[in-house]
Amino acid sequence: MPKTRIPAVGSEGWFTEDGEGPALLGTRCTTCGTVFFPKAGFFCRNPDCDGSDFEEVRLSRRGTVWSYTDARYQPPPPFVSASDPYQPFAIAAVQLADENMVVLGQVASGFGLDDLRVGAEVELVVEPLFEDDESVQVIWKWKPTDGGRR
Amino acid sequence: MSGDVFVLGVGMTPWGKWGRNFAEYGVEAAREALSDAGVAWRDIQFVAGGETVRNGYPGYVAGATVAQALGWNGARVSSSYAACASGATALAAARAQILAGFCDVALVVGADTTPKGFLAPTSGERPDDPDWLRFRLLGATNPTYFALYARRRMDLYGATPSDFARVKVKNSRHGAENPRARYRKAVTDEEVLASPVVADPLHLLDICATSDGGAAVVLCSEAYARRTGAQVRVRAVSTVTPQFPNTVIEMPNFATDSAAALAPPTLSFRDSIAAAAYEEAGLGPEDLSLAEVYDLSTALELDWYENIGLCKAGEAERLARDGDTALGGRGVTVNPSGGLACFGEAVPAQALAQVCEVTWQLRGQAGARQVADARVGITANQGLFGHGSSVILSR
Ligand SMILES: [Zn+2]
Repeated sequence: MPKTRIPAVGSEGWFTEDGEGPALLGTRCTTCGTVFFPKAGFFCRNPDCDGSDFEEVRLSRRGTVWSYTDARYQPPPPFVSASDPYQPFAIAAVQLADENMVVLGQVASGFGLDDLRVGAEVELVVEPLFEDDESVQVIWKWKPTDGGRR
Repeated sequence: MSGDVFVLGVGMTPWGKWGRNFAEYGVEAAREALSDAGVAWRDIQFVAGGETVRNGYPGYVAGATVAQALGWNGARVSSSYAACASGATALAAARAQILAGFCDVALVVGADTTPKGFLAPTSGERPDDPDWLRFRLLGATNPTYFALYARRRMDLYGATPSDFARVKVKNSRHGAENPRARYRKAVTDEEVLASPVVADPLHLLDICATSDGGAAVVLCSEAYARRTGAQVRVRAVSTVTPQFPNTVIEMPNFATDSAAALAPPTLSFRDSIAAAAYEEAGLGPEDLSLAEVYDLSTALELDWYENIGLCKAGEAERLARDGDTALGGRGVTVNPSGGLACFGEAVPAQALAQVCEVTWQLRGQAGARQVADARVGITANQGLFGHGSSVILSR
């Protein structure tokens, strides 16, 4: 039986694969317009705003690399390695222009440090984070748009 | 405010990895601080503890745990948790009690026993805790964030791994002269650059370890200080939070605040931590003799040079290259204790350890690592989830 594909536990409602391609889901305060990711649900965190109504928004699918690094050693639990033995992966902090914010994410599989530079364009993809017995847990990742290998 | 608060005594265990109960380190540090202050434990009226989250319930009520271990004396008590800033938050609590006139003499103490390896979140399935989520969903450890800042310096200012290594070399020379440091061997930049990369561009020797240790400070009122001859004055304790929108990615967050609807503040969070301390003290960077800053990584120490106003953004590498921040250099000496590079981090003790070092320096008791004619010192540090920490002391 094929494994079910589910958002990684803890990231339910944080991103979507429906509609016009994958996107992170945030909220926008209907009072002041501030965008939040992960979603703000109760009170607006703008100190000058007493808003408490939010609409769900899809964040920009493309952004530019603000900075990046990698994880040469396996992080401790609750991290779950996708492979045995552990394979290092890259992490990027990505600036989204419209939202004027930086969002972290792992870098898409098959891409590493050599494919990244500050200022380079990346786009959002959804890929497996790890698999367990029943399911493939998926998460958003950042993928270089120029195919990498600068 | 009714005058200033004074540092009457300081105490600190050596830092290491012994796995003893954290309260033992707390008691050892407290006894030294009491003895240094010439105050009997029975005479302490208020105890402020910095909490640890890795030692079960006694860690959460650290003030009471250490008070009980010293022998209940009926003192009033508080415990504070602010991650790396816990010690400063405890210090702020004790200072406020003294300034409010509720007590004359207080003990502030922080101690920790840390596990091996990366600092990891508390165990269990806790998908509502951002600290749990960043490990599960991103595999983002603390060094991940330090490395993002380091790479940013390389891109913005042309910093190199050698610039980062130079900070470690400096701190290791300082720490070699500090009997309480855990790592007391001077290292070379070749050794730093040859150590394994943990999170590119940072090497193992660019990143601080985690340690066991305890530190304690006895604070007193101005009137009490006059009777005892205490010389070291607490000029400021800054425990500020960030201002929205905070546009620098911070541990353990997934994203920064959005600055789309509200413009970011003029000062970054780390800049604002020291700025608040300077304002409270009525002093500025030009008054400093030394600084103890939180060098979780070598590159982060360079960020702090700018955050505490030693130089403009992008000039920190030059300061380090010219040896300005080294003992005997022409600038403000940074981390004469050896810093986290030589101590490793004992979370709730660390902000107090910084205060201990500045106190010894201002009293001229720092031995071979003494900063000449030290008059004013600042500490700077930042705790997870938006806890600023900066203390200014003067003599
Ligand atoms: Zn709002």
